[in-house]
Amino acid sequence: MQVDLTVNGVRHALDLDPRVTLLDALRHDLGLTGSKKGCDHGQCGACTVLVNGRRINACLALAVMHEGDEITTVEGLGEPGALHPLQAAFVTHDGFQCGYCTPGQVVSACGMLGEVREGWPSHVSVDLEGPVDLSDVEISERMSGNLCRCAAYTGINEAIREASAKSEAAE
Amino acid sequence: MRPFDYVRAEDTGSATEAARGGATFIAGGTNLLDLMKLEVMAPDRLVDITRLDLGAIERTEVGGLRIGALVTNADLAAHGTVRRNYPVLSRALLAGASGQLRNKATTGGNLLQRTRCHYFYDTSQSCNKREPGSGCAALGGINRIHAILGASEHCIATHPSDMAVALLALDAEVETETADGARRMRPLADLHRLPGDAPDRETVLADGELITAVVLPSAPRGHQAYRKARDRASYAFALVSLASVVAVENGRIARASLAFGGLAPKPWRDPEVEATLIGEVPSEELFDRAADVLLREAKGHGHNDFKIPLTRRVLKAALREAAGMEKPA
Repeated sequence: MQVDLTVNGVRHALDLDPRVTLLDALRHDLGLTGSKKGCDHGQCGACTVLVNGRRINACLALAVMHEGDEITTVEGLGEPGALHPLQAAFVTHDGFQCGYCTPGQVVSACGMLGEVREGWPSHVSVDLEGPVDLSDVEISERMSGNLCRCAAYTGINEAIREASAKSEAAE
Repeated sequence: MRPFDYVRAEDTGSATEAARGGATFIAGGTNLLDLMKLEVMAPDRLVDITRLDLGAIERTEVGGLRIGALVTNADLAAHGTVRRNYPVLSRALLAGASGQLRNKATTGGNLLQRTRCHYFYDTSQSCNKREPGSGCAALGGINRIHAILGASEHCIATHPSDMAVALLALDAEVETETADGARRMRPLADLHRLPGDAPDRETVLADGELITAVVLPSAPRGHQAYRKARDRASYAFALVSLASVVAVENGRIARASLAFGGLAPKPWRDPEVEATLIGEVPSEELFDRAADVLLREAKGHGHNDFKIPLTRRVLKAALREAAGMEKPA
């Protein structure tokens, strides 16, 4: 069926089987292979994209259900020579080893920092209504939907903390 | 994934009409699509309800809260009124799934999610829930995550929701609409069925009946908390969980709404446990008596035997916290 998808600000008219996931539409039909297929069951987070600014697992979404939504993939965040602050921080802090989970980590962190800016609490927040202190424990909890088989979590946490501090300083 | 017809509904009437004769509604899809990929579920027709006007959270006339069925788990957990007046609900939601899944999963869908029993997911295994009459591989299999209460010889799967456990402790009601336009309210406690000899029938909803909202009464008095024991610190289903709303007044327990997850095929609440506690002075002996009542018919299946003492400890810890008591040395 005919589906219009807006990805990284560009509108695409696609003819898709209703079974096609958002992840497969991005990778196979639009050639945006930054979003990765890890488990394909919402467990690993490698496919994380932003839909209307919110992070979701693209593998557990049907493309036909996202007509009219604004979809952002890792390609839309930054590119070589013009990295997003999170991408630059992942490089600085070795936030990866093999790199397969990295696009999902970066996009998820981007969505997560937006949630923090909105004051959303997490499971480990002591006070549901207080300001969020982005400690290592908070980052780990909020990023638990993104697995890294190389266990580069130390660098991932450092990268996210630095990018968050820099964006706060810029505000 | 098996082929299916896709219908995008524009309003509740067209959604329930399109679902006549056995279609499946899809909203967040985080559990349904997972099961469709494995061909555990293979609906002929999917009715997309995400365009319906069911995304609001509103105060009710009696001071409660009406939560639209399409409100995401993330938005519900972060909602100011929920954080302030129903913190046990925020806590339960935040203890479940991952940030990505909570952004997609909805209030209605969360209630209707399927069990995470390994044998339900594995189509090479027998499962009375997936294939009625085929047997239950969990009974003699790896049953660490399975039920100790409310199960039957046909099925020992648990209901996996955290959200539903908190809603049950808060006396939530579920609003639905059927294809003939009739609206209906039911206590959440009556939504899910116990497996008996038909574990494939998990709720009392009729074919095509759509959950449109969950309604909470006004904020209860007392201490609200959600405790969850699980194998990982984050992003794991409950082995045992407890949503509690407990009020101690003049040295005696005045209210004890206690709902459990991970124990049973449905979110579990036992009026006899609450009757044991209400009117009494909090003490270790009283809490043990309440645990005895809760666990009077508990039955382990081998790997999950540990849930029986674990449930006792979770209950006693929650009651101690609510009563401001220290753990005895």
